[in-house]
Amino acid sequence: MATLQIREALRRAMVEEMRRDDRIFLMGEEVGHYNGAYKVSQGMLEEFGEQRVIDTPISENGFAGLGVGAAMVGLRPIIEFMTWNFSLVAYDQVINSAAKIYQMSGGQYSAPMVFRGPNGTAENLAAQHSTSVDSLYAHFPGLKVVTYCDAADAYGLLKAALRDDGPVCFLESELTYGMKGEVPDEEHIIPLGQAKVRRAGRDLSLITWGKQVFTCEAAAKQLEADGIDVEVVDLRSLRPLDHQTLFASVAKTRRAVVVHEGHLFAGVGAEIVARLQEALFDVLEAPVLRVTSRDVPQPYASNLEKLVNPDAARVVEAVRKSLGR
Amino acid sequence: MDAATQRGPAQAEAQASPHSAVHTQGGLLPLPTQSSLPAITRDELLGLYRQMALIRRVEELAAKAYTQRKILGFCHLYIGQESVAVGAAVATKGDYWMAAYREHGHAMAKGTSARAVMAELYGRRDGASRGLGGSMHIFDREHDFLGGYGIVGAHVPLAAGVAFAAKYRGEGRVALCYFGDGAAHQGAFFEALCLAQLYKLPAVFICENNFYAMGTPLHRQSALADMSLRADGIGMQRDAFEGFDVELVRERVARAADYARAGNGPVMLEIVTYRHRGHSMSDPAKYRPAGELEQYKEESDPLKITLRRLTEDFGVTEAELEALQAGVEAECEDAVAFAEASPIPDPADLYRYTYAPQQTTMGVGEAAPTFTIPALRAQKEG
Ligand SMILES: Cc1ncc(C[n+]2csc(CCOP(=O)(O)OP(=O)(O)O)c2C)c(N)n1
Ligand SMILES: [Mg+2]
Repeated sequence: MATLQIREALRRAMVEEMRRDDRIFLMGEEVGHYNGAYKVSQGMLEEFGEQRVIDTPISENGFAGLGVGAAMVGLRPIIEFMTWNFSLVAYDQVINSAAKIYQMSGGQYSAPMVFRGPNGTAENLAAQHSTSVDSLYAHFPGLKVVTYCDAADAYGLLKAALRDDGPVCFLESELTYGMKGEVPDEEHIIPLGQAKVRRAGRDLSLITWGKQVFTCEAAAKQLEADGIDVEVVDLRSLRPLDHQTLFASVAKTRRAVVVHEGHLFAGVGAEIVARLQEALFDVLEAPVLRVTSRDVPQPYASNLEKLVNPDAARVVEAVRKSLGR
Repeated sequence: MDAATQRGPAQAEAQASPHSAVHTQGGLLPLPTQSSLPAITRDELLGLYRQMALIRRVEELAAKAYTQRKILGFCHLYIGQESVAVGAAVATKGDYWMAAYREHGHAMAKGTSARAVMAELYGRRDGASRGLGGSMHIFDREHDFLGGYGIVGAHVPLAAGVAFAAKYRGEGRVALCYFGDGAAHQGAFFEALCLAQLYKLPAVFICENNFYAMGTPLHRQSALADMSLRADGIGMQRDAFEGFDVELVRERVARAADYARAGNGPVMLEIVTYRHRGHSMSDPAKYRPAGELEQYKEESDPLKITLRRLTEDFGVTEAELEALQAGVEAECEDAVAFAEASPIPDPADLYRYTYAPQQTTMGVGEAAPTFTIPALRAQKEG
């Protein structure tokens, strides 16, 4: 086992895959000479050269589309968005091109590629730099949407994404790039679409993903002191969704709270709640609740930003509400 | 006359051939060779110098506050580029302005107080955007400063829209839009320019070419060195010049604004400039070639250039300059004290500027929902 920062784990996944598959190239803003805006691609230009690690101008719509075209004829692009906020100017290419090309060409063309970059709120970045795009991409058939919380998952899931035959949106987090964790020394691939029970519990299932896993684990610890035993399920993949793990957990605990960073209304949590009640209506003991970002664009001031983001206190409150204690 | 103008066909020709190079009726008029501004006076130049010095000092203090974690998030300093916004303001004080995220200087040049800028950086209630926007999103309606924007290039179409409204209402006002060399690579930028030219909108698009988009030097992001050449492909009038001398900026932006105001259509300007600091407070800017920054600071610092002109050509004395600097210092200290004393935003105002927020139905972590369900349920049970 090696202890790696998440950015190093992501880099290792890309480097290993680029060594074994010369169809893969990395393209995005500041990925090469600057070694990555968040240093994820540090040293990769040096190893792979300018043909495979390619700096772009600030033209997301252009280079996302370029990636799709290259993928259609056999390359395997990694398109890095400096952050997913900026993917919105390339949204059309991801949705109307990457996601749909396989189906609308009757299976003749596909876009095996990875769009990746940090997603969601960081700190005090205000309205335009704090967007969680989970539900925007998870909504569309034809895409996979994958995320991780720790270094081992970051590594194993990105490896799988890079081997996938379709387009994958890979959601990272600026705030956790420096977080360290153990990563197996041997090659390690985590199939897409497998959730992970991070903590087993009896009383209620916290369903979450990304860095909110840590919010839930903190809440679980607080609740433990009061004899409330919650399970924490990290979905890891929003599309495809691991129904098996999700339903098994909630069938056992009979209660659930979904915690995510994106907004509440039409967020991914709404989809999960819908599926839980479809499948488990008769076993649920209480309505499934959601703890999410509050329904405002992210404010700059710290006191308001703290109010907006989900936190352990709000998760604890929701759990207590569900349990009635 | 530049290339775009020479290529413009006569009106008759344009009608005769739908395939001629430029449809603009009668071709593009050339930019005026002189603006409507009177010659600059000693007092006026002294005022421009003071404004530049104020912007620089506000940002130096902001940088200090940032390292003390009193200012958070992204913070992009304008130090080194002050002559652009300050010079441009002379002929356009009453016009509309929009800028990107490096906009503290633009806001102040347009009239926003040092207090309002500093309080915004501090995230306080008295900030220009009430603490909601922060460094990247300073807005000041009173001075028609329509904001700082964070998505590169995305505000350029908004500026076209503002110009559209100005023309629609016959205001005789112009929209000025500032953006960087990097932004001139966004689709939004190209589309906005096409629309502005097509509708002959009263807009001046100002590309502040500081040679870097974050860590990427111009030659690695563009095959073109002069961003104003983009205008040629759109059939738009253009101009390009170095913007270190506030007097020159004053004159050349005024010409462009005069042109647009007269109904001749938009103008694209490239103003060459240079930022002394990193891209943002977190960028150590190691990508510059050795000696480059030092050379720009030595030879092309807007403050130095204007200072020299003031002392050498206008006989401004040491004592006058000391008094000016003391005034700037006092204004900045006051701004910091004001920001420090200003209250943080009221949590009760969280939803105040969001239309139709859709809160949870369960009241978790917030006030109970405002609807009631019992009637229906009672019916069912009964
Ligand atoms: C659409 C989009 N892509 C990427 C970014 C990240 N980003 C912020 S500023 C910047 C560089 C912009 O350079 P330029 O336009 O030259 O302006 P300058 O910073 O030099 O003033 C980049 C890449 C962004 N904010 N928006
Ligand atoms: Mg620039």
